[in-house]
Amino acid sequence: MWRKQLVAPSWPWPCCQPQDRLRCLRWMPGCTRTTWSGCWRLLPRLLEMCTPSWTEWSGSIVLSYVAGIAWFLALVFPPLTQRTYMSENAMGSTMVEEQFAGGDRARAFARDFAAHRKKSGALPVAWLERTMRSVGLEVYTQSFSRKLPFPDETHERYMVSGTNVYGILRAPRAASTESLVLTVPCGSDSTNSQAVGLLLALAAHFRGQIYWAKDIIFLVTEHDLLGTEAWLEAYHDVNVTGMQSSPLQGRAGAIQAAVALELSSDVVTSLDVAVEGLNGQLPNLDLLNLFQTFCQKGGLLCTLQGKLQPQDWTSLDGPLQGLQTLLLMVLRQASGRPHGSHGLFLRYRVEALTLRGINSFRQYKYDLVAVGKALEGMFRKLNHLLERLHQSFFLYLLPALSRFVSIGLYMPAAGFLLLVLGLKALELWMQLHEAEVGLEEPGGAPGPSVPLPPSQGVGLASLVAPLLISQAMGLALYVLPVLGQHVATQHFPVAEAEAVVLTLLAIYAAGLALPHNTHRVVSTQAPDRGWMALKLVALIYLALQLGCIALTNFSLGFLLATTMVPAAALAKPHGPRTLYAALLVLTSPAATLLGSLFLWRELQEAPLSLAEGWQLFLAALAQGVLEHHTYGALLFPLLSLGLYPCWLLFWNVLFWK
Amino acid sequence: MAAAMPLALLVLLLLGRKGWCLAEPPRDSLREELVITPLPSGDVAATFQFRTRWDSELQREGDTDHYFLRYAVLPREVVCTENLTPWKKLLPCSSKAGLSVLLKADRLFHTSYHSQAVHIRPVCRNARCTSISWELRQTLSVVFDAFITGQGKKDWSLFRMFSRTLTEPCPLASESRVYVDITNYNQDNETLEVNPPPTTTYQDVILGTRKIYAIYDLFDTAMINNSRNLNIQLKWKRPPENEAPPVPFLHAQRYVSGYGLQKGELSTLLYNTHPYRAFPVLLLDTVPWYLRLYVHTLTITSKGKENKPSYIHYQPAQDRLQPHLLEMLIQLPANSVTKVSIQFERALLKWTEYTPDPNHGFYVSPSVLSALVPSVVAAKPVDWEESPLFNSLFPVSDGSNYFVRLYTEPLLVNLPTPDFSMPYNVICLTCTVVAVCYGSFYNLLTRTFHIEEPRTGGLAKRLANLIRRARGVPPL
Repeated sequence: MWRKQLVAPSWPWPCCQPQDRLRCLRWMPGCTRTTWSGCWRLLPRLLEMCTPSWTEWSGSIVLSYVAGIAWFLALVFPPLTQRTYMSENAMGSTMVEEQFAGGDRARAFARDFAAHRKKSGALPVAWLERTMRSVGLEVYTQSFSRKLPFPDETHERYMVSGTNVYGILRAPRAASTESLVLTVPCGSDSTNSQAVGLLLALAAHFRGQIYWAKDIIFLVTEHDLLGTEAWLEAYHDVNVTGMQSSPLQGRAGAIQAAVALELSSDVVTSLDVAVEGLNGQLPNLDLLNLFQTFCQKGGLLCTLQGKLQPQDWTSLDGPLQGLQTLLLMVLRQASGRPHGSHGLFLRYRVEALTLRGINSFRQYKYDLVAVGKALEGMFRKLNHLLERLHQSFFLYLLPALSRFVSIGLYMPAAGFLLLVLGLKALELWMQLHEAEVGLEEPGGAPGPSVPLPPSQGVGLASLVAPLLISQAMGLALYVLPVLGQHVATQHFPVAEAEAVVLTLLAIYAAGLALPHNTHRVVSTQAPDRGWMALKLVALIYLALQLGCIALTNFSLGFLLATTMVPAAALAKPHGPRTLYAALLVLTSPAATLLGSLFLWRELQEAPLSLAEGWQLFLAALAQGVLEHHTYGALLFPLLSLGLYPCWLLFWNVLFWK
Repeated sequence: MAAAMPLALLVLLLLGRKGWCLAEPPRDSLREELVITPLPSGDVAATFQFRTRWDSELQREGDTDHYFLRYAVLPREVVCTENLTPWKKLLPCSSKAGLSVLLKADRLFHTSYHSQAVHIRPVCRNARCTSISWELRQTLSVVFDAFITGQGKKDWSLFRMFSRTLTEPCPLASESRVYVDITNYNQDNETLEVNPPPTTTYQDVILGTRKIYAIYDLFDTAMINNSRNLNIQLKWKRPPENEAPPVPFLHAQRYVSGYGLQKGELSTLLYNTHPYRAFPVLLLDTVPWYLRLYVHTLTITSKGKENKPSYIHYQPAQDRLQPHLLEMLIQLPANSVTKVSIQFERALLKWTEYTPDPNHGFYVSPSVLSALVPSVVAAKPVDWEESPLFNSLFPVSDGSNYFVRLYTEPLLVNLPTPDFSMPYNVICLTCTVVAVCYGSFYNLLTRTFHIEEPRTGGLAKRLANLIRRARGVPPL
């Protein structure tokens, strides 16, 4: 009986005239009688009738873009940015009294360490072992070696081999199920001696206390982050990056939190904290709150991104200063590199941050005792943790040390930008549909597009060639530079690192010549609908990629969306093509990287000249490739395999004939 | 009311003492001893043992039926005063006299290691085992840390360790002794001296090495009466250097490898540091069911080669009922590290099954290693009843081996944990609504409705249609 009722009203197709839009809408559920595909065909027509005219349509696209940018800028103003607060109960209410007084001891250790290091020219492993044992730790070493894919010119290393030294303070009467890590990465230059001194002095002080419930690992790594990566991989018994290392002899259970320390002077004027880790991962906000608590308690001057936090948020100055810090954070997070050795811990779900002692020209200085006390307080509170840090935010942006923007509040900014792509794609789809209808019913519903030559609908087959070719370019960009470095060095007078960077740029530029190549491959039966279909696919592809990136690393997603979206929306083979081309080149991933570098130095108040910027850009390219191979950073494959091919599709659209 | 309880206990004890006196004297006697072992690192280990035996009317009925054997372990238990107080109450003299006066909680819990045990077992009274006694043995081992307790000094005395000295033996005890390990680590001269000088010494092979102990018998009147108390002092003649302590022949390490919340690997490293002897080890693992073990990934490698266990018993887990049980007999080659690893997948629990602190992680109990470790020095077969109690901690089987049971560290494994908070609830609700709506909408959108004509005609019609199809005419 009910079946008959459902079927009974035969739906009048010709009702879809502009005058009875409402009726159409009302009848929309009627499409249940048809199949899904019928409904699908119906949708653009309905949208066309129920949406504003073309000018309103493009207006809304522009508005959406502007709204995205404005939303992001508004993030620094108080209703959107909130004060940070400690969520973790175990760390909030407990009182801790810092008793560290080993400043002299720390300086003596640092002096000895520096002397031994200078003498041996490498990490003084034997001295460290002896000293750690003398302060009562259980000491182990780990040797590792790694051949980088090509010489690292920034750090001047290629075949790397080194030794990590770590000492474990066993918590009394506990079963070694949990631990905390204090790590000092030591590079090839003679920095961080004071950090090692402070680490040893803290170890000596901690060893005398009986309140530890978690083991504490004091880790000194050689070759800074490479050593840390080797140690972490060996600790978790995995091999992610092809590091060769000896297995660890001593372990201390699941690592709950880690603090990396970088100190190169006996006195500091301020402590800078770095949170951005590998691939834009961030530690739990509570760890940062903890640091901030002890900054306030000890009266230390603490900075974020090297910027002091503004005091006054009611006037415009505070938020503007916050915006600088926020932009710096976005740029750093978007780079996906670990900004300090803490960044590598985050992969293993170990909440970690890096503290850097800064010694500037400021009058008031703090000695190592003040830093040591802050660290002691942090470790004592972390020792109180019952569960892993999980209460507070994992996804946040920081306009200041004591202010944050949560994910729920910053996500709309990226959402608005992606909406542009969505709207544009919808518009294209409707145009395509119109053209199709125009073909089917000659003389009916004339659209704004140019009259089309008689042809069948654009098959997806015609899109296969440009898609494949651009993806192949991406693959070449990903694989060839490192693979072909030796060939390049044989034929050209360049070093390996230069060869990699120049091959990168060459392949990147070669991609721009792509349209001329693909043109013969693509069937050109319906040129206008061809580019529309290609652009539609490219828009959806871009929107999907940016959406996924923004979910995992908001900063990168937002940065790429800001630059790529307008050019992507505008690109078409008509109109001012040179202007579009210039815009497209300026917003390509590589140009975005270059621009970001300039912006970054500008915000740090150390502006770059053009030549310096270019040098920095080349170095950044090499670093990006290296970091992918040594730490597993994903920015390079993401750009070369995902966004660059997608961008090439728009380039292809622009030069469609 | 609170005071009544200890009083009642005291009365019971007094009555009990009378009762015991009527029975055979040696049976129900208490033997107590304290072994003090100075470690080369400067730390001092102290092990208390108390043994009581009493007759029982219960008869031993043949062998234990293995079907009824149970093994249970609680990996998460931090020992504290709550464990010590009832344990002390089992002692006949409580902590009033004898060695147990040293058991002061505030000192015992300032140590770096603490282990406390109660063993109860039936003991045959005669060769044919027609009647049995029950044996209650209580042990307590602590390691005093030179760094924390000694404030950097490495000399020790009973007073410094326990903030008490010995005054009198427990009147109920038949034997009450203190043994101090005075073995020379250096061959040339004595490394440490004890004060007061011991009257007798005792030599034996413990854990495969020859040891010399100074004996202080509390029933020796000369020992106590000189100064009304006995405070044994221990002085290092040459303070031990800060060197890595000697490694035992068999030791083990266990850890979880991998990262992320989907998979992981349980790895156990078994070290045999004996220079030339291989020996077998029985490895017993119980793993909770929520770590789903992949048995085919079980790999045992020593020295880079596969090591095939001579015996494997595996009992798979049943969800929410029983854990995995894995028992293997592995031969450890001389001077080698054997790695036993098995992969697992982390199960998603029902939301009521999470502990109140789910983000702490879930404990996996330690593996148990039982082995007969070859000793360096051959031991004489000893009379168990006559030799000191600590001799039976690591019983020697045939003179060339001694038995060791090792427990590895427990593990803490994080399981995929939902965010037990308001947003989590909202997400759950939203997902449910979306799932319900999506299902029905999708169903409506994709289904084609058509009216089914009643079936008319049977075989005849079908036949007709067949013919029509053969002719190329549309069917009826």
